[in-house]
Amino acid sequence: MTEPTGNTIDDPVVVFDQVSKSFGEGLRKHRVLDRISFSIPRGLTTVIAGGSGQGKSVTLKLILGLLTPDSGRVLVDGINVPSLSRRELRRLRTRFGVLFQGAALFDSLSVFENVALPLRERTRLDEAAIREKVEDTLEKLELAGHGDKYPAQLSGGMKKRVGLARALQLEPEIVLFDEPTTGLDPVMTQEIYSLFSRMQKRLGYTAVIVSHDIPGVFDLADQIILLNKGEVDVFRDRCEIVHSQKPYIREFAEMTMGALFAHPDKENCADEKHAS
Amino acid sequence: MHTVSAEKKPGPSALSGIAGLLISLGDGFLYLLTDLGRMGIFLLATVAGLFRRPFRFRELLKQLRFIGGGSLAVIFFTALSSGMVLGLQGYYSLHKFGAEGMLGSAVSLTLIMELGPVLTALMVTGRAGSAMCAELGIMRISEQIDALECMAIDPFRFLITPKLLAALISVPLLTAFFDVVGIFGGYLAGVKLMGVNAGSFFSGMQQSVTNHDLRLGVIKSIVFGLLLVWICTGRGYFVQQIRGAGFGAESVSRVTTQAVVLSSIAVLVFDYLLTAVLL
Repeated sequence: MTEPTGNTIDDPVVVFDQVSKSFGEGLRKHRVLDRISFSIPRGLTTVIAGGSGQGKSVTLKLILGLLTPDSGRVLVDGINVPSLSRRELRRLRTRFGVLFQGAALFDSLSVFENVALPLRERTRLDEAAIREKVEDTLEKLELAGHGDKYPAQLSGGMKKRVGLARALQLEPEIVLFDEPTTGLDPVMTQEIYSLFSRMQKRLGYTAVIVSHDIPGVFDLADQIILLNKGEVDVFRDRCEIVHSQKPYIREFAEMTMGALFAHPDKENCADEKHAS
Repeated sequence: MHTVSAEKKPGPSALSGIAGLLISLGDGFLYLLTDLGRMGIFLLATVAGLFRRPFRFRELLKQLRFIGGGSLAVIFFTALSSGMVLGLQGYYSLHKFGAEGMLGSAVSLTLIMELGPVLTALMVTGRAGSAMCAELGIMRISEQIDALECMAIDPFRFLITPKLLAALISVPLLTAFFDVVGIFGGYLAGVKLMGVNAGSFFSGMQQSVTNHDLRLGVIKSIVFGLLLVWICTGRGYFVQQIRGAGFGAESVSRVTTQAVVLSSIAVLVFDYLLTAVLL
């Protein structure tokens, strides 16, 4: 169990309070999250990292109400998500945008129709206004001219950008990214990160990124949450991770951040203030 | 004596075997109840989708074309061959009693009350039901349904309701088409091939087929349309929650097979129940 740190969190938008979640039953029961507590600050970028099966995607699904915790509270602006009715949950979800690992584009809809879908379903905009807004977004995400293509005709990077375009259509307050760069080459990964930064600066949403891409994704982070064996540790930046004295954090840092861990001074991490 | 009584007492392995069997039975029963409850809620949410806006009229047309228009050819050939077989078989049986004049009546009643609704539902299940199940299964495993929920779009209204409505419109119309083509097949075999009098074929049909018979056929086709869409889309929608289905593409293929089998059995069972209640 870890208490909420509160060190960088002045205005939390999402709060996990003593949340536990298990899967399976009886002897096969596996506890993924064990009474974890942390906060996600408004308007900033939080990266949730950890090994496979440590509950990163589960955390996102708990925030969205797609999963229910066994115990504890998941609060979004003070509202306990698991206690919401189906209708209230639907209303809450209008505040979120989600970019799924595989982009989750609708195969039978064109790029344009995929991006226009939230506007057609959730707003009363007329078709001309929808077209203008969608084309504007496609242009900003360097997808102009690809509106008539279908998801099967797109590269991995383009699918992610279409997924992002769709997630941003309703101008959400909180955008959740589930493994946004999985399967992309390093160049495309950097392009996607730079796109995330630009879009967040422009729209000011709270970003929560679940990623395996360590330490690359840490460059985007205002806060890093490390999940390990059901427990959670919160850091301000990657230098704090490098200087952590906890054995399993040191092991994690050594395995995933090799060069940085060995020579922290090269990355301006030698400052004593980071030591914990 | 002691030895005998000791032999009669179930040993630890026998007890654990019985306990294991009871646990398995209880577990299976609980799973069945959960599955039925899940499917019941699924049906209610789909029907509720009929009254929610925005209504996807274009998707309804697409589904009408897929379920209805796309099934016309298979229904035509099934109906024609079934009608012709009925004509030949009917002639063979009635000829023994010198009652060939009843052929029109036998063919039309069999088609309108039984074969039309049942064979149409089975053909639509095989052609469109399997496709609906696989489509929803793939949408589920590729997180497309999760994406809809995250966009606060009701997946029942968006995905299932147009399919249900299209089936409720298409299946009765396809059944009527089956009946007409089947009767034509019976006419070809009975009148044109076997030489039954055309006048007696049609007059027998006119005298014996009542509004009640037609109503029975229509009710059956509506119920079968509901059943096949409910089971096929429900299995696909819950692909990840079906026990023993496996994972990924394999789960979709297994669940699609299961959906077609379950749907076909449900059609046949409900055919008997409806006949028993409404005849």
